Amino acid sequence: MYNLIGAGLIVIGGGIGLGQIGGKAMEGIARQPEATNKIQTAMIIIAALLEGLAFGALILGKG
Amino acid sequence: MIAKKSISFIVVIVFTIFSNFSFAENKNQPEQTLGNPVDTQEEIDAYIQHHLQDAHDFVLFTNGNTGNHIGFPLPIIIWDEELHFFSSSKFHHGESVAESNGKYYVLFHEKIYRTDAEGTLTLDDHNHPTNVRPLDFSITKSVVGMLLIGTLMLLIFGALARDYKKGPLPTGFSRVLEPLVLYVRDEIARPNIGEKKYRNYMSFLLTVFFFIWFLNLLGLMPFGFNVTGNIAVTVCLALFTMIIYMSSGTKEFWIHILWMPGVPYILRPVLAIIELIGYVLIKPFSLLIRLFANITAGHVVVMSLIALMITLKAAFGPVVSTGMSLFLTLFISIIEILIAFLQAFIFTMLSSLFIGMAVAEHDHH
Repeated sequence: MYNLIGAGLIVIGGGIGLGQIGGKAMEGIARQPEATNKIQTAMIIIAALLEGLAFGALILGKG
Repeated sequence: MIAKKSISFIVVIVFTIFSNFSFAENKNQPEQTLGNPVDTQEEIDAYIQHHLQDAHDFVLFTNGNTGNHIGFPLPIIIWDEELHFFSSSKFHHGESVAESNGKYYVLFHEKIYRTDAEGTLTLDDHNHPTNVRPLDFSITKSVVGMLLIGTLMLLIFGALARDYKKGPLPTGFSRVLEPLVLYVRDEIARPNIGEKKYRNYMSFLLTVFFFIWFLNLLGLMPFGFNVTGNIAVTVCLALFTMIIYMSSGTKEFWIHILWMPGVPYILRPVLAIIELIGYVLIKPFSLLIRLFANITAGHVVVMSLIALMITLKAAFGPVVSTGMSLFLTLFISIIEILIAFLQAFIFTMLSSLFIGMAVAEHDHH
């Protein structure tokens, strides 16, 4: 029970973080459209790292 | 361009409809409830679990009226003091005891246990059998999938390599592959590993990229099955990455891990422990969990949306519930095709990032 609540909290945190990453990347692209490719790549890497954390919490919390 | 788009759209629609059909035919009679249509939540859950699991035989359809399974068996190879080699048809889809060289084996939840002639299993409190489990080297569904994709890759990339021997321009299907290979080289390997050393790691990165991508797509095909959603496969792929970046680390990489310059002496052992755990454990763990969880979650979502046609039948009637399920499954299948590519890209990207960390040459300051 408690591990599920903990996993849920971590996933909420991951969701907030992903929103921040996406939002800031959009702002960056809007300001400098010529840097779109670089920003996108960096965004995907950070998003993937964060996603790994959230999934790890989910798997460990379920097990 | 428009023609290309509409063709791919039609392909997606056809695939989705076919996967619905194959599900619907299977759906009516899973193995646990022969002869009765699946109606309850438990049966749907059991079906999804069954789909996600690795299996010792292929079942394409199950005829509910007769209880016949249509499919083909796979070879079973087990080591139990001596080598046993027989066909999985001896198990009759887990319904009977298989005999080999005077020993008896039974299939329980896709795991092989040694037993006696009657097939008795002693269960403990958690419903796990306490019988001896022999070492299982069987060619399971996942292994077949990997061999299939391996052969396919050997054929198409072999053709690409032969094309380059003849001249600078590839022909036929190889023209589709060339930009993808260049994409992995120019967008993934070069910026992350560095101009000097990226060549050594191209073979690994290309193999892992196309292997994961093709396996993900195999999971989305009708009659396809889930290979990258099997944690053993992803553990192995992540281990390869770990071994490669650990073994290619430069002297400076190891100095920065074990005796970090520029920080107080008292902190250095603590940092060494943290860095070692990070490189040996956490980085491969995040790689393997990401791929495994993404693909498994994708399959669960697709299966659950298909199951909507059963769960919502009582509330909205068969036509509306089937239509809803078809529409949502189509929508999520398109996203899954994107995810199949994205996960292969991320895995390759992070692998090359870690390799890049290990081989980087720092400026002395």
